[in-house]
Amino acid sequence: MTNKKDGTKIIKVDTLARVEGEGGLYIKVKDNAVQEVRLKIFEPPRFFEAFLRDRDFREVPDITARICGICPVAYQMSSVHAMEDALGVKVEGPLRDLRRLLYCGEWIESHVLHIFMLHAPDFLGYEDAIKMAKDHGEIVERGLKLKKAGNDLMIKIGGREIHPINVRVGGFYKVFKKQQLNDLVEQFKWARDAALETVRWTAKLPFQEFEQDYEFVALRHPDEYPFNEGRLVSSKGLDIDISQFDQHFEEEHVEHSNALHSVLKERGAYFVGPMARFNLNFDQLSPIAKEAAKQAGLPGICKNPFKSIIIRSVEVLYACDEALRILENYEMPDPPFIEIEPKAGTGFACTEAPRGILYHRYTIDDAGKVLDAQIVPPTSQNQKTIENDLWHFVAKYLDLSDEKLTWQCEQAIRNYDPCISCATHFLKLEMDRE
Amino acid sequence: MTTPVLVIGIGNPFRSDDRAGLEVAWQLKHRGNERLKVLEVASNPLTLLDLWKGHDEVLLVDAVSSKSKPGTFQIINAVQQTIPAGLFNTSTHNMSVAEAIEMARNLNQLPKQMLVYGIEGKNFQFGEVLSPQVNEAIEKVVHHILNHIH
Repeated sequence: MTNKKDGTKIIKVDTLARVEGEGGLYIKVKDNAVQEVRLKIFEPPRFFEAFLRDRDFREVPDITARICGICPVAYQMSSVHAMEDALGVKVEGPLRDLRRLLYCGEWIESHVLHIFMLHAPDFLGYEDAIKMAKDHGEIVERGLKLKKAGNDLMIKIGGREIHPINVRVGGFYKVFKKQQLNDLVEQFKWARDAALETVRWTAKLPFQEFEQDYEFVALRHPDEYPFNEGRLVSSKGLDIDISQFDQHFEEEHVEHSNALHSVLKERGAYFVGPMARFNLNFDQLSPIAKEAAKQAGLPGICKNPFKSIIIRSVEVLYACDEALRILENYEMPDPPFIEIEPKAGTGFACTEAPRGILYHRYTIDDAGKVLDAQIVPPTSQNQKTIENDLWHFVAKYLDLSDEKLTWQCEQAIRNYDPCISCATHFLKLEMDRE
Repeated sequence: MTTPVLVIGIGNPFRSDDRAGLEVAWQLKHRGNERLKVLEVASNPLTLLDLWKGHDEVLLVDAVSSKSKPGTFQIINAVQQTIPAGLFNTSTHNMSVAEAIEMARNLNQLPKQMLVYGIEGKNFQFGEVLSPQVNEAIEKVVHHILNHIH
């Protein structure tokens, strides 16, 4: 932070630590008022939507999975659902359960990494998880073991822990006999206990007082906590089918970011991710997750993003519990996938990536070639809300020391577990021809 | 029979000289030696902590970028000294090898003996071809490891 003679204060972080991808922060304060906030995303654009064109619809889950090493399953799930929507196919029963099981693995892997390695050091005053491990070895070890449970589930169902290779439009390439999954049952009984301990531990962390009037947006399904399906709802009355996404949301380009900002056309910034899911779907959590949340002081609604670490741990508990439920009731899908013939159409899907809703839209031709693709990842949807938080947070806590204020601004960004690599997947080319 | 020495070759096979650690692992596997157990790690160095669990002696091999002459290699006794943070490839997505080792040290999960071989690379761009100097270094490291275990 620098303080200038004219009373201007600049908070600047050139490269944000403990986030996925490359971004920085710039805040300008003058005469005790915030003048400018920029979450700068300088990770280069990655052109995915453009190079999906002309590819076969069957290739899309494996290509889009490469957008992210932390949430590849989300990309696979959104793309297979969008393709199946375009082709008029519905995947149900044991295949649907197996997809849900795979998604549990990704939520656990991603959330646990963020809780223990990226976010917890902020609350406990450590520069990173390595230094934290020196004083809190038992907790870090629990985190690593819990993350491994998520990884092992991904390896078993997906074929490997990063960029799984077993997902296809219509189902899976390979499925498993019940006894092949027995080891996971024992492992997940331990994981569920460890996740419960984690909720209790995160609830005791020291939290900054900070609440805003957010519009939370998440999927909502009548029978379950959302992963793959549902209507898109918000805390301010939105309730739409996924096919109406483009009528209600739009992406804007801002100069300081290589990631588009997504806004609700009617009301502007909105909030996606664990806290939005939790607030809009608390009633759908399993009894153990619901009870743990209540005991952690979150009886259904939370508007303090600093407490997102508790909600992530509640979702880890839910994902462990849900994985166990699916494993214990598992029936081997037969056949492993639905055979699909290509036909022309447009399909839409939204699934709940660990960081929030991930929207995919594809138009394909008669031969199954992609004509057009649109992908809206959660981090671009949260960017505006993150900047708004920083405006209000800095204004409220200007009396903090420079060092502490800068640190807490970074923490306020990490509340959203931003994935900058995902957010810069797009290509926006504007050409002037004379 | 004594427990085999565990060799872990680390690297990205599609980043030219970054595959050096994997090349060492492949050559050692190819030669076969009952005193060695050889593994490869292409991503997520945090998995190292699980891989070396139960092994008393571990040898890690990875490419480094420390402004030394390409093809030279250094050996660091990881039990006795801290690994310089910037020595190995770092990423915002994953812990680096150095960070994984320091994490293990703080959790008391380092093996009793551990040497880290760092082979200085020249080219880390996309590709599957090694620089000639690195190719020579790989041969030397393979010999060094085979001598070390005898």
